[in-house]
Amino acid sequence: MIPVEFDYVKVTSIDQAISALKAGGEDAKIISGGQSLLPVLRLRMAEPSVLVDCGSIDEMLGVRDDGGSITIGAATTHHGVMNDPLVQEHALLLAQATATVADPAIRHRGTTGGALAHADPAGDVPAAALALNASFVIAGPGGRRTVAAKDFFLDYFTTAVGPDEILVSFSIPKCDWGSHYSKFNRTAQAWAIVGAAAVVNVQGGVIKEARIGLTNMAPTAIRASTVEAALVGASSAAQITAAAMHAADGTRATSDLHAKADYREHLARVITARAVRAASGI
Amino acid sequence: MAHITVTVDGTSYTSEVEPRKLLVHWLREDIGRVGTVVGCDTSNCGACTVLLNGRSVKSCSVLAVQADGCQVTTIQGLSDGNEWHPVQAAFKECHGLQCGYCTPGMVMAAVDLLSENPKPSESEIREGLEGNLCRCTGYHNIVKSVSYAADLMSAGPTKGAK
Repeated sequence: MIPVEFDYVKVTSIDQAISALKAGGEDAKIISGGQSLLPVLRLRMAEPSVLVDCGSIDEMLGVRDDGGSITIGAATTHHGVMNDPLVQEHALLLAQATATVADPAIRHRGTTGGALAHADPAGDVPAAALALNASFVIAGPGGRRTVAAKDFFLDYFTTAVGPDEILVSFSIPKCDWGSHYSKFNRTAQAWAIVGAAAVVNVQGGVIKEARIGLTNMAPTAIRASTVEAALVGASSAAQITAAAMHAADGTRATSDLHAKADYREHLARVITARAVRAASGI
Repeated sequence: MAHITVTVDGTSYTSEVEPRKLLVHWLREDIGRVGTVVGCDTSNCGACTVLLNGRSVKSCSVLAVQADGCQVTTIQGLSDGNEWHPVQAAFKECHGLQCGYCTPGMVMAAVDLLSENPKPSESEIREGLEGNLCRCTGYHNIVKSVSYAADLMSAGPTKGAK
């Protein structure tokens, strides 16, 4: 289908973007890669007054080393993120999750920051961002603020980014723990029915600490906190499997044509165990 | 209306477009590059795949206005005079098509894959083409074609005559 008519403005700075959003009013929308927005526009499920194209703002492009953390511009493509040497070295889980997003052509256009701001509960990167303790830089008319991952994802397709604000970048503390993203879906390029993103600190064959994010087990990506606590001290596959039995604790899985809630809960337990085993090498 | 200049298959085109116009519609309707087809119109099938600044994209999922200042390569820009591109030659040699509708997108996705990974394994080919659907389910020969194209390209500049 053909989208409804809208205006289009390409901006080259954050200040221009914020001005354009203000001028466009409540129906203004940000576009960068557009790989989530364009399908919605084609179905006429959104009728924006103006699209503010933020794909060419230098500050929002690329990955930089900030010493103890790396910072990823929000308009960096999935392909750019997953192949970036800094991401590969210091935030491998993000590369692993990003590599499972959609397909290569979508990853050439779509942006990781866009996927985080879109906050689809079935999207792959929010769970990785949670497990990696990411923080988010949001700019708006009142200036800039930094929001921790645990406060960023609020509800279905809803984040801490307000309608007059823009996600500029996100930062990830350098993490050299073992990591793995395990995703269950039925067909190529399909959304995750359930996903589990794990980083695990193993010393002398024993798990010292683990952080796990779950995809599509609640209105937002969530941490599997009970599993994380239960994993401390685990040193065998059986202990990991036992800890992962808590993966559905505190979740709010939904039923849809892909899976019923109880099946999602089962999947969460199974693929959390798989993700932790792969991440820990145990 | 927006004013855009896009280089398509080596030729520069300047147009006035509505911002809502999709790149694939601009290619087909405004400049007549009908080799690129619309398949699903839902971002799934990949039939409309072109190269945008050298990387594969689904042209139903890019606004024409976003391609302003960019280089686009379509299936019609691959061959060199009377010589097929090696990927085209390989699809012909290995019969990598049945009805042919997905072929323009399959070939462009394969060109992109081989530019990044000149010697892909079978599983890497299947993963690399996961955004392209063949409703005839002719994947086996498509995978063989891409593998053969990799051999042709590593063997040197020799290409198959049209």
